[in-house]
Amino acid sequence: MDLYEYQGKELFRQVGIPVSDGRLALTSKEARAAAEELGGEVVVKAQVLTGGRGKAGGVKLAATPDEAEAYAQDILGLDIKGHVVKRLWIELASDIAKEYYLSLTFDRGVKKPLFMFTTQGGVEIEQVAAESPDALVRLHVDPLEGFQPWQARRLVYGAGVTDPSEQKQIAKIVGQLYDAFVRFDAMLCEINPLIVTPDGLVKALDSKFTVDDNALHRHPAIAEMRDAEAADPLEALAREKHVTYVKLDGDVGVCGNGAGLTMSTVDLVTFAGGRPANFCDLGGGGSAQGVVDALSVVTSDPQVKAIFFNIFGGITRCDEVARGILQALVEMGLDLPIVVRLDGTNAEEGRRILAEAAPANLHVSPTMLEAAKLAVELAA
Amino acid sequence: MAIIVDDDTRLVVQGLTGSEGRFHGLRNRSYGTNLVAGVTPGKGGQDVEGVPIYHTVADAVSEQGANTAMVFVPAAFAADAVYEAVDAGVGTVICVTEGVPAHDMLRIHTYLHGRGVTLIGPNCPGVLSPGKANVGIMPAEIFTAGNIGLISRSGTLTYQIGHELSQMGLGNSTIVGIGGDPIVGSSFIDVLAKFQADPETEYVVMVGEIGGDEEEKAAAFIEAEVTKPVVAYIAGFTAPPGKTMGHAGAIISGSSGTAEGKKAALEAKGIRVARTPTETAEIVAEIARR
Repeated sequence: MDLYEYQGKELFRQVGIPVSDGRLALTSKEARAAAEELGGEVVVKAQVLTGGRGKAGGVKLAATPDEAEAYAQDILGLDIKGHVVKRLWIELASDIAKEYYLSLTFDRGVKKPLFMFTTQGGVEIEQVAAESPDALVRLHVDPLEGFQPWQARRLVYGAGVTDPSEQKQIAKIVGQLYDAFVRFDAMLCEINPLIVTPDGLVKALDSKFTVDDNALHRHPAIAEMRDAEAADPLEALAREKHVTYVKLDGDVGVCGNGAGLTMSTVDLVTFAGGRPANFCDLGGGGSAQGVVDALSVVTSDPQVKAIFFNIFGGITRCDEVARGILQALVEMGLDLPIVVRLDGTNAEEGRRILAEAAPANLHVSPTMLEAAKLAVELAA
Repeated sequence: MAIIVDDDTRLVVQGLTGSEGRFHGLRNRSYGTNLVAGVTPGKGGQDVEGVPIYHTVADAVSEQGANTAMVFVPAAFAADAVYEAVDAGVGTVICVTEGVPAHDMLRIHTYLHGRGVTLIGPNCPGVLSPGKANVGIMPAEIFTAGNIGLISRSGTLTYQIGHELSQMGLGNSTIVGIGGDPIVGSSFIDVLAKFQADPETEYVVMVGEIGGDEEEKAAAFIEAEVTKPVVAYIAGFTAPPGKTMGHAGAIISGSSGTAEGKKAALEAKGIRVARTPTETAEIVAEIARR
């Protein structure tokens, strides 16, 4: 689960990492009030779960509450890479002398948390890694030993920070960031830029924070931070119905059981010359109601012209799936063409149930490959 | 021989008294797996269809000689269950539970290093050695015994490929579902090494998917260490970046973890990569019948 900048900063604040004072605003009036309350120059920052908002005009410096209100008006509703701005973070402006970069990520390959630190902050870290790899200090932490103070010194000296006060402040923030990473089950904590003000204060000017979905049960307050409106409406509907769904942009709806088989099914539709509309995984259970729920999500996408329903029965029983499909056809009055392929546990029984009912828009295919071709033809 | 589970497996199921644990544990027993005990704290002294229940794994080991544990407890307690099993001295732990927090797995992975314990999973369908033992949730009737080792990050996709192999008259020595999480106990490399050492395994099928770099690492390992023919399949060629595709570990981050990248890394080491599950079985058949 990705957090907004202001949410990540709240978590930073909880572990002691210095951040600027700010307020959340949902309207331009609230932006004005926030600017008045904060006093002085503020930055109006679009809150979106994507990068590049500065270039898109989503960050503006406002000298007065009037300006803050005007900029808020401009930024609210702005489309930044498909994300419409609905929230603003109004923050006291900071003077910037230097921009550094500090992150802690979950290194899947090495299976340890990875610190990255460079004094070349404020730009994309991939760019620094590519252009001046020596400037980027990387350090893994043993997850059982946890963070040790020498590791912060390695980062700070390694990146060439010479000012003693800066060294001290950054080393402290490094430890606090590790604390946040572990305490909140983060997959990523990034501060870019980590700034030094002209009077030598180090603070986090931005935050990128991703929390492990599987750990949200330990963090109810973070789970509540989820912005249901920010998700694709179909993905939000799927979440509500406990269906694993990812929206794609084609016209062949895809339902399967199990993540791997469903990904493979999406691939087959593409290889057959079609464009998958979604990835929809019924999961292991595959009860009749689960089938109905999945079909109701997939068919809520108006782009869908045909559906490929691909089941390999293991624990999932094909007869149960067949009943679910028929139930969905009746309950939802579905008239889109549906290609069904059933194999594995009780597949014959499942096929028999479908053949007996024989609705006109239902096609049963013996193999995945033939089913994919047929679904693509029917969507054309 | 087969790998990981076989005729010598003495299984204890952690969570045998729960509905899922009971269903699958008893299913494994009817397949012929030697299910010797169950563990549920607070229910020691009871039994599940004649299988004795203990409060702790240590009791199951000392009373029944359990050497393999299957974890079927809820995600919030799974890490604790794995630590308990390892501490009790079992050599193999198979964690079926889905949704174990990634940080828990980071710590477990580090803890297990150098302890000589094989952890399979979490978020996996388990391990099946046809004709010998089934530990997990795989529908054993789909697979037949044979000389092909099968390793996969997925469940149903593995059943599909096993089914296609069976239809071509080919069978498996052992099927290992390593799990779909970002960090799992055993990687492709760990299982490839076991198949390389197993005299019953003559060929290996490796079923990967988007996310991480374990397939790429496996490619280098196969070139250096595996003399048996390996055929690979990768799922997720059309997955968009930044989206979790069902499995917590199936996510393309930036430009890393793509199916194209994995295919290229494997092919660069001379490993054939099939485009579909059907083609996977066809390539294996072609090599096996040469």
